[in-house]
Amino acid sequence: MLRLVNVNSYYGLVHVLKNVSLHVNKGETVTLIGANGAGKSTTLRLISGLQSVKGGEVTFEGKDISRISAEKLVKLGIAHVPENRQIFRPMTVIENLELGGYLLYKENGKKELGKTIDEMFARFPILKERENQLAGTLSGGEQQMLAIAMALMCRPRLLLLDEPSMGLAPLIVKEIFNIINELKDQGDLTVLLVEQNANAALKIADRGYVMETGKIIIEEDAEALMKNQEVKRAYLGHDKREMWEK
Amino acid sequence: MEITNQDFSNLLQYIFMGIQRGSIYALAAMGFNIIYNSTGVINFAQGEFVVYGGLMMVSLTMTMNLPVPVAFFFTVLFVMLIGILMERLTINTVKSPTVLRLVIITIGVSIFLEGIAMVSWGKNSHVLRHFSSSETFEVFGAMILPQTLWIIGILVFIALGFILFFNYTMTGKCMRACSINRDAARLVGINDRKMVMISFALSAGIGAIAGIIITPIIQMDYGRGTMLAIKGFGAAVVGGLGNSVGAIFAGILIGIIEAFGAGYISSHYMDAIALFFMLIVLFVKPSGIFGSSEASKLKEF
Ligand SMILES: Nc1ncnc2c1ncn2[C@@H]1O[C@H](COP(=O)(O)OP(=O)(O)OP(=O)(O)O)[C@@H](O)[C@H]1O
Ligand SMILES: [Mg+2]
Repeated sequence: MLRLVNVNSYYGLVHVLKNVSLHVNKGETVTLIGANGAGKSTTLRLISGLQSVKGGEVTFEGKDISRISAEKLVKLGIAHVPENRQIFRPMTVIENLELGGYLLYKENGKKELGKTIDEMFARFPILKERENQLAGTLSGGEQQMLAIAMALMCRPRLLLLDEPSMGLAPLIVKEIFNIINELKDQGDLTVLLVEQNANAALKIADRGYVMETGKIIIEEDAEALMKNQEVKRAYLGHDKREMWEK
Repeated sequence: MEITNQDFSNLLQYIFMGIQRGSIYALAAMGFNIIYNSTGVINFAQGEFVVYGGLMMVSLTMTMNLPVPVAFFFTVLFVMLIGILMERLTINTVKSPTVLRLVIITIGVSIFLEGIAMVSWGKNSHVLRHFSSSETFEVFGAMILPQTLWIIGILVFIALGFILFFNYTMTGKCMRACSINRDAARLVGINDRKMVMISFALSAGIGAIAGIIITPIIQMDYGRGTMLAIKGFGAAVVGGLGNSVGAIFAGILIGIIEAFGAGYISSHYMDAIALFFMLIVLFVKPSGIFGSSEASKLKEF
């Protein structure tokens, strides 16, 4: 469904993505893990069109998307939930959802927009309770749910999630991951998930990539990754003693 | 000292005069804010929109004898087109827009427009008929022009329209979204460049209206743009950049201070007093009277 081949990207003169290749098949959940500054967020920004591609190719459902701007990619069915909960903080929860459904509104009108917002409220009841509250005053977990709900408003086929668990209590992380799983079970959604929390991510993923300083260094099934010694040492953060004792 | 009726009448007279001038600064400031919120840039050509509004209205009503409402409509449309052209031809074509580059472009456009206005309308001032009677009427001894009421009424009307537009229409919400977080706005499918264009159109339209309603009182010539822009900019800054409710209050406040300065001190110092006041505000509270330090975090129209 999504395929990156030898993609490079720069911030000014800094070469942040070096020949990155990865693919996500339809219906899969794929996770991209790696240390801080490895280039995970940049990879997602590049797929969603916020970051420009220098060399290499990016295709979505067979179509070259490397030159298409972010606002047009949403129309093609790619939704990106960026890191740090990029919601519209001075606006109310319902306004945020309306904006999330901007394209839906443009194409199908107000009625469809209202219907989809109700669907989101059904899935995230906490947002319904906070309907008229300013988004910036929501708790971290609520903001993350709002960010995901906004992305779902335009009925994407590929969902790019950037560290949805960042700064959240384990219980909330679990809830959010449950929701992601549910979404997948219900519709034909494909997910590319970037995470620091490799443990949680690998549990819901089918496959995973490990990224280090702008390069993909490992690609494997999620289960295999969980057992991979190097991944364990670097990203899963447990079994340290086991390693030393060997 | 005893306060006489005459003193009270004078005070009232100055207040009305101040509100009248201040309404224009408020409108100019709102124009600044719309573009500032969508691009982060101060549009130095804002004063030119006001001048073109006034001069075009003069041509349509005084030369072509169109009725006021019709001329009003076409003048606003004409100036909005100038705003759109300005955005499409200059701002939108910049490959890597930085604030400095864009500001310099707006200065260039301002000089260009001023030149065109001089060539088209000449150097002399132009008179515009008042919307209704030009006879003053008396309120507690103060002499008020009907045009003053038109100005205040139109300011209120525009302020209400502004609130409705930005809070209740999808386009208004999209513009707010773009100014709050441009990347996030693009990720929901909003075309940010189009929003910038709309902001130039709106800003030009508001500037045009300011020019149309003030010209019967001050007369308009091609070179007035700069001073109007400075006062409007002052109002925008004093009100807290980007904050339009603040801009309206600050605009009227500056207008009243000017009128008091002219009335109680000397009309020679009128501009100086207004500028002095703006500088004081900037020294004491750089974020503006109505701006909070939170403003940058919660940037709103
Ligand atoms: N706007 C920017 N300008 C310049 N350099 C940047 C910018 N954004 C990111 N970088 C650099 O690009 C590299 C990759 O950043 P990126 O945000 O993709 O990492 P990441 O893997 O998402 O890290 P984290 O897990 O901390 O979110 C880093 O070295 C970072 O400093
Ligand atoms: Mg990141």
